Amino acid sequence: MQNVIYLLLRRMRLPLIVVIMVYTISITGLALIPGVDDQGSPWHMSLFHAFYFVSFMGTTIGFGEIPYPFTDPQRLWIAFAMYLTVISWLYAIGSLFTLLQDQAFQRVLAYTTFTRAVRKIREPFYLICGLGDAGQLVVRELAADGIRSVVIDRNENRIQALRLENLPVYIPALSADVADSSTLLAGGLDKAQCAGVIALTGDDHVNLTVAISSKLLAPETQVICRAETHDAQANMDSFGTDVIINPFDTFAERFAMMFQSPSMFLVYEWMTSIHESPLREFASPPRGTWVLCGYGRFGKAVQKSLSFKGIQTVIVESDIRTTAAPDGTIEGRGTEAITLYEAGIESAVGVIAGTDDDANNLSIIMTAHDMNNNLFTVARQNMSNNDGIFNAANIDLTMKSGMIIGRRIIDLLTNPLLTDFLRMARTQNEKWANVLVSRMAGILTEQVPETWTLTISNDHTPAVLEAFRKGLAVTLRHIVTDPREVTQSLPCVPLYLRRANQTEQLLPVDDTALQTGDQLLFCGRTHAETHMRWTARNFHALDFICTGSDRPSGAVWRLFSGNGAD
Amino acid sequence: MNLEKVVFAFFIVLSLTLNFGFFIGELDDPNHHNVYELYAALVVSLIATIMKFGDRAHIGAVLLATSLVADLQLIAAVIVWTISEHGTGIGLSPMVMSSIVSLSGGALLANITSVVILVTETVMFRR
Repeated sequence: MQNVIYLLLRRMRLPLIVVIMVYTISITGLALIPGVDDQGSPWHMSLFHAFYFVSFMGTTIGFGEIPYPFTDPQRLWIAFAMYLTVISWLYAIGSLFTLLQDQAFQRVLAYTTFTRAVRKIREPFYLICGLGDAGQLVVRELAADGIRSVVIDRNENRIQALRLENLPVYIPALSADVADSSTLLAGGLDKAQCAGVIALTGDDHVNLTVAISSKLLAPETQVICRAETHDAQANMDSFGTDVIINPFDTFAERFAMMFQSPSMFLVYEWMTSIHESPLREFASPPRGTWVLCGYGRFGKAVQKSLSFKGIQTVIVESDIRTTAAPDGTIEGRGTEAITLYEAGIESAVGVIAGTDDDANNLSIIMTAHDMNNNLFTVARQNMSNNDGIFNAANIDLTMKSGMIIGRRIIDLLTNPLLTDFLRMARTQNEKWANVLVSRMAGILTEQVPETWTLTISNDHTPAVLEAFRKGLAVTLRHIVTDPREVTQSLPCVPLYLRRANQTEQLLPVDDTALQTGDQLLFCGRTHAETHMRWTARNFHALDFICTGSDRPSGAVWRLFSGNGAD
Repeated sequence: MNLEKVVFAFFIVLSLTLNFGFFIGELDDPNHHNVYELYAALVVSLIATIMKFGDRAHIGAVLLATSLVADLQLIAAVIVWTISEHGTGIGLSPMVMSSIVSLSGGALLANITSVVILVTETVMFRR
């Protein structure tokens, strides 16, 4: 705030001096010019009266000629002073308004408000640089979990759009260049509450700058980065960036998983979808020759993964030299039927439109589909505002970078157990995944499952700890029982258990006895979590589930029922 | 040469001299103290204050403080004068006059402090 006041005062110097000078001249003149009183004898206005008169004249209030009617020389002077004072006031007020609307002043004001809001944060928060699709998703999902973030983006419009969103927590946002380390410090990088820095701008070099500044200025802080080239990725890795996410590699890996184990892909896809998105069935992609249009960063990653799984690809690329496409590449954009024909689209089983232009990608899909309507279609969507047309195009699999990155980060930050679960699940075979998918499908309706973690501790599950103290053995079955109808289970699947001694277990069975310090990962329908937490907090409910008897909880009632022992 | 500093020096010294001119004379004798001199001292002191608005240097901020003190003292003196003359109708009795002059004496002290700081700053300023 200090900065703003200094700027305001400094710029108001001249207007204020002008006002004072004009008043002084007017008042002095009025006091010196002789007048006559009501008796007709000569009279001089006192300084006090002159000040009073000039004050209401200058502000155009005008009470008339007081205390006595003026003489002509006085009127002449007033006529002159009137214009002078009014103009000086307009000048002063005009300068004040100009200053308030000045771009530079507004920027200083925004910066000051931002730093003050950041300084006042008393709980852990994440510093998010870059408010693209991924950034917006992360901010929104973190806010939904009650986690605060601080946002910096170069684009003022995105900051404005964020302000219009009605998020449950206040998000300080600033439009500034994140490559400037003082901006990062203003965003609270060196604060003890800063839990991590997330660099999500579209420019690898800017992300790199953010990562290195953060590692130098706050070495303990976790740094999560987006990188689109392997070069930048290796660079970021070299100075210890904690997590680096390459959207193309991530997608290519997932896509390759589809061939090897469609059920495993489905598990991954369901677990890492956006909350409340519709449940989609994915057809398994056919094996055979695929046509890959666009051999950029996306194309290279996909081609590498596919060839690793032993799947043949025909590459279509318009700029063979700069992309260093391998021999046998068809030259062309892939949007024309002739190029696709040359690539053998009629005998291919699938087409991948992976250029960095959404219109071209859609065109490739449409043209290819016209030529061979049994094709499995995969498209890369670059801009999130093209959601509508991509949905309408009925594409089998759409790759959205922002979504992939955003989702990875949210899972990392809010649900670390999920990452562990997915890592362990990868080592399982297709049959295991099949069983899990059918179990999950049995409890789900039209929406993707929610995932949540339950930690057996005094803070999260006081009822379970109380049961332990009373010598009751609580098993997983008790926790997943519906507290409203004890003969039924809640619509959820326990996925993963981690004990306090770091032993892990996939899909723990219902008879597993719980211990203090256990962390459990569940997936299921939204309301299941609410009921589960209710059981875990309310000893009376848990006791009823465990023992089957509804014991009195009040002291008086216990006394009468003769069961005061507990 | 920094014109801003020179102009400020002009106003702060002028404020001191005008104030001194008003202050000098028999404490309770209205004939020795001219109302226009007090008026001029107040105006010049106000201008000197505004010229230090938004000065972030330490010395600048101290000068702003001392000249604000002078302003307050002079405004108090003007208010006492106005009330005695126009408000209560007592007129410039010796008691009223001496309180006006002693208030301006306080402002004089603040003005002297300003000038001392200004001179110190100028002397220490080397290039």
